[in-house]
Amino acid sequence: MTEIPTSRHSAFQVLTSWFSVPAGVRIGIGPTIAAVILVIIVLASILAPLYVPYDPLTMNAMARLKPPSEEFLLGTDPYGRDTFSRVMTGGRVSLLIGVGAAVVSVSVGLIIGLVAGYFRLADAIIMRIMDSLMAIPAILLAIALVALNGPSLTSVIIAITVPEVPRVVRLVRSVVLSAREEPYVEAAIALGSSMPKILIQHLMPNTFAPLIVQGTYICASAILIEAILSFLGAGVSTEIPTWGNIMAEGRSYFQIKPGLIFWPGLLLSLCILAINLLGDTARDLLDPRMKKREG
Amino acid sequence: MFVYILKRVLATIPVMAIVAIFVFLLLRLTPGDPAAILAGDAATPAQLERIRDSLGLNDPLLTQFTTWMGQLLRGNLGTSLLSNTPVAGMIADRLGPTMNIALMTIIISVALAVPMGVIAAWRHRTWVDFLVMSFSVLGFSVPVFVIGYILIQIFAIDLKWVPVQGYKSPSEGLGPFFSRAILPSLTLATIYIALIARMTRASMLEVLGEDYIRTARAKGVRENVVLFRHALRNAAVPILTIIGTGFALLISGVVVTESVFNIPGIGRLTVDAILARDYPVIQAMILLTAGIYVTVNLLIDISYSFFDPRIRY
Repeated sequence: MTEIPTSRHSAFQVLTSWFSVPAGVRIGIGPTIAAVILVIIVLASILAPLYVPYDPLTMNAMARLKPPSEEFLLGTDPYGRDTFSRVMTGGRVSLLIGVGAAVVSVSVGLIIGLVAGYFRLADAIIMRIMDSLMAIPAILLAIALVALNGPSLTSVIIAITVPEVPRVVRLVRSVVLSAREEPYVEAAIALGSSMPKILIQHLMPNTFAPLIVQGTYICASAILIEAILSFLGAGVSTEIPTWGNIMAEGRSYFQIKPGLIFWPGLLLSLCILAINLLGDTARDLLDPRMKKREG
Repeated sequence: MFVYILKRVLATIPVMAIVAIFVFLLLRLTPGDPAAILAGDAATPAQLERIRDSLGLNDPLLTQFTTWMGQLLRGNLGTSLLSNTPVAGMIADRLGPTMNIALMTIIISVALAVPMGVIAAWRHRTWVDFLVMSFSVLGFSVPVFVIGYILIQIFAIDLKWVPVQGYKSPSEGLGPFFSRAILPSLTLATIYIALIARMTRASMLEVLGEDYIRTARAKGVRENVVLFRHALRNAAVPILTIIGTGFALLISGVVVTESVFNIPGIGRLTVDAILARDYPVIQAMILLTAGIYVTVNLLIDISYSFFDPRIRY
């Protein structure tokens, strides 16, 4: 039997369309600046070990809480560690958590969502469970998970992922529900395509564009939640500097040394701002209908 | 209408039941001995036994669940592992400050965000619109506690207008209450305002393009009446929805804000309980907040028909 090109987009077409801007669309100055800022922050974080002047973990009792100077660019923390080195290194783990949480929640949500969208019986059960999970505030659920599983990097990523999954499932499910009514899916069923083939080859590609957008938002919110978890004392253990736990350690010294909260806070906010702006741009490009609605 | 409300109320039961099952399993299915997790590394065998006893961990899982559920349905939320007092009483003691701050936050947010969104949509693509949208994007990007510390730095430390931290109940005088509650409320309101203003603007933009708006303007209805009576009422449903779903953000924000401003509310209680792994308090708080979230959204669903008479059930 010959292969009939039934699905609207092949996975390859979808992939290439992400990286090329449709003709006639102009990307504004805002998203360009956002992209530049994000690239700088990401590169600066990844390359941090190559250029930071001090080891971010070595304590120095002689240099506690020093003000910014030529020796210590942003001053030092209560343990005499160089704030600049710590903030730049901290970005690595924060970004890793952001990307990790986005990838895991999108993948898990995609699988559950495809199943929920395709099988009526599973749908009823899965969506009840997802509704219930969404009723629990994300931060509470995340701190409870970290408290029970210990403050490791993996457990923080899992804790951030669990509350995000229901949102991804809802999104994937709604896309699948509308796509399965399309003639090409009916044709595939009529031709006797197997269920996994219909799911993966015909239905799944429809979910990629909205998932890319959702993934960027999850990445931004994961970085934010990591900071909040650390701040509340339920984050990654303090031996690994992250923007969140640098700020958490700065709490008690806020009145004498506000920089311990402001510098990581500034980088983190800039980073999230840039990711969110790029997410909005991607959404407008991939789904012009949404753009009309948002104005 | 009555049948619809009844149906919606009944639909919350399975949601809350699943939340309860989830909370129950959360501790039991975590790898390792639950009693050891709760007691920490330095626990003595006697302490472990006391925790097992108190949570009934020695019984079979099903027995544990039925006992726990039975107590829950009778309003018994269990006993704190730490202070050995009933959890329900601990929560009741701490509820006041949180409710007051949350109420103030909602009033501030709706009062500011809705007009902001309306004006941004009305003056679409002008600097006002740009300003509102910038605030909204910024509000999503800065962590709640950083906003809190910035406000403390400006208004409490530099300007010395209000105290840095603490809480006074309204019964101790409205002045001391407001001066301490205003910064936490503004901190919490930032993200809520960002959310509501954005949705108000989007929803208003859609409605302002409708024919009846043009008709209303053509027959000479005053612009503020057009905006707030003709347009806003029709734009209300998505705005209400976002106020409801945003409530989860508010609850999360309360937990953080109370730590920043040292407010003895249920947010602080939760954080302290989680750090001390006081599981009965943790599970009660998850159930309580989920219950509040579900109830708020139920009320909002029912209120749709009040704002938009076209919606009938």
